[in-house]
Amino acid sequence: MKLYEYMAKELFGKAGIPVPAGRLAFTAQEAADACAELGPVAIKAQVLAGGRGKAGGIKFADTPPEAAAAAADLLGMAIRDLAVDRLLCEQKLSIERELYVGIAVDGTTRRPVLIASVQGGVNIEEVPEKSIVRRRIGVTWGLFGYAAREVVRRMGLDEPAAGKVVDILLRLYRVFRQYDAELVEINPLVILTGGEVIAADGRCNVDDDALWRQRDLPQTTEGTELERKVKSLGLSYVELDGDIAVMANGAGITMATLDIIQRYGGRPANFLDAGGGAGVEPMTRALEVLIATKPRAVLVNIFGGITRCDDVANAIVQARRTVKTDVPMVVRLSGTNEDEGIEILARDGLTAYRSMEEAAARVVALAGEAN
Amino acid sequence: MAIIVDEKTKVCVQAITGRQGRFHTRQMLDYGTRVVAGTSPGKGGQEVEGVPVYDTVEEAVDKRGATASIIFVPAPFAKDAAFEAIDAKIQVVTIISEHIPVHDAMEIMAFAAQRGVTVVGPNTFGVISPGKCKIGIMPNRIYIPGPVGIAARSGTLSYEIAYQLSSAGLGQSTVVGLGGDRVVGLDFVDCLRMLERDPETKAVVLVGEIGGSAEEEAAEFIKGMTKPVVAYVAGKSAPPGKRMGHAGAIIERGRGTFAGKIDALKQGDAAVAELPSELPALVKQALERV
Repeated sequence: MKLYEYMAKELFGKAGIPVPAGRLAFTAQEAADACAELGPVAIKAQVLAGGRGKAGGIKFADTPPEAAAAAADLLGMAIRDLAVDRLLCEQKLSIERELYVGIAVDGTTRRPVLIASVQGGVNIEEVPEKSIVRRRIGVTWGLFGYAAREVVRRMGLDEPAAGKVVDILLRLYRVFRQYDAELVEINPLVILTGGEVIAADGRCNVDDDALWRQRDLPQTTEGTELERKVKSLGLSYVELDGDIAVMANGAGITMATLDIIQRYGGRPANFLDAGGGAGVEPMTRALEVLIATKPRAVLVNIFGGITRCDDVANAIVQARRTVKTDVPMVVRLSGTNEDEGIEILARDGLTAYRSMEEAAARVVALAGEAN
Repeated sequence: MAIIVDEKTKVCVQAITGRQGRFHTRQMLDYGTRVVAGTSPGKGGQEVEGVPVYDTVEEAVDKRGATASIIFVPAPFAKDAAFEAIDAKIQVVTIISEHIPVHDAMEIMAFAAQRGVTVVGPNTFGVISPGKCKIGIMPNRIYIPGPVGIAARSGTLSYEIAYQLSSAGLGQSTVVGLGGDRVVGLDFVDCLRMLERDPETKAVVLVGEIGGSAEEEAAEFIKGMTKPVVAYVAGKSAPPGKRMGHAGAIIERGRGTFAGKIDALKQGDAAVAELPSELPALVKQALERV
């Protein structure tokens, strides 16, 4: 779960990391009020996506009328297809230098990794590797002061900023651990003309699998309405922009199915993983969801393992009776008892395939005919 | 030979009295796996499928000589279960449980590394050395013994591939599921290192997917291997920024892309299959060259 900037900054502030004075605004009037209170402000669109600055999602205002106008512009816009419905109005900063600091989960070393650079304010992917300082953190012992000091030394920072950045790194690591974050990031971490060091932006992505023990965090919702609905059924679902609905059992095989459809010139409408077990109940629910999206054709690709293909075939027949649809459906069954499964489907008027390629070619043709 | 598990492996099932634990204990026994004990706190003294149940893993090790464990414990309690197994000197800990918090996974891996314990998973289907031992939830009937080692990030896709290989008469030495999470124990490089040394293995199939950098690191390792590697990577059509079912299967900040992985694997001298169905032929070719 991604947190909005203002939420991340609230966590940072609580942990003792300096953040600018700010007010959340949902309307132009609220933005004007914030400016009246704080003086010249930066007005920042709050969206759960990066690249906000480049998309024009940050404006500056010196007076309340200017703030109202800027806010009105921002509240009408969309950034990466995400509608802007809230703004963070922050006291304008007098910036001398912009740094980058972040802590992420590193799959390669199975540890947290601290990433820092004196080239802040831009996407860290665009910063040359020689300007980036990385340090792995032993999760058992945490981030020590000496390790943070070494990072800051390698960044080439001098006092008094150096000591302040060390303090912020130590606090940022605490935030990372306390809230089960996958990523915490301050970009830019700025050195002000007065020498103060302050988090001008903030990002905190919390591990979805840890939300059960992070009940005090504010909730944000990501994804389309349909994605959220399907996920609430316990299925893994991603909406895509094509017209061939896909259901398979297992993440890897579902991805492979989409790849093969694309290879045959078709456009998948979604990723839907009904689970490796291919149980009857989740498959029925999954089929209902797919049919409701009104695709041109449906491809069901099942590898029968412990759940046998004949059981899977019976489930498909059952689901088709429940859902009642004219949408052409192609089924591919492979694995345990595939012959029996294919026969059950044939009795119901469905041709099932053994090979993924044949099934994919067929569903692409059917989707074309329905065009 | 084989890697990680073989006919000598003695397995303890953690959460054996649960629905999944009970079902897969039966399946593993049917396969011939030596399931010597199970655990379920407070249920010591019972039996499941003829297997004695203990309150703790330490008891299972002391009384039954368990050397490996398989964890079906629900995610909130899985860290405790994994630490218990590692602390009890279990050598191979296979974590089937899904949705374990990634911070818990990092702590488990740190403790396992400190104690020199092999962790498979989490969110894995397990590991099987066909004809010898199965620790996992994969179907019993799709594998046959033979010279092909398989390391895979996803379950069903690897079942599909093992089944196609078996149907083509190409048996497997050991099949390892790395797990779909962002932080897992064994990775491709660990598996490749072991398979390279295993006399029974003559060729390796690597089943990867988008996200992370495990395939890129594997590609680097393959350059120094004597045994041929054939790879398939899923997720060519996956959009960036979306989690494709697995927590680890996501293209983030331009990293973990399909193209990057394929390029790396080709540069590492792996044969790359564009479709899963091409794998048996490519493996056959690779074995002929050995």
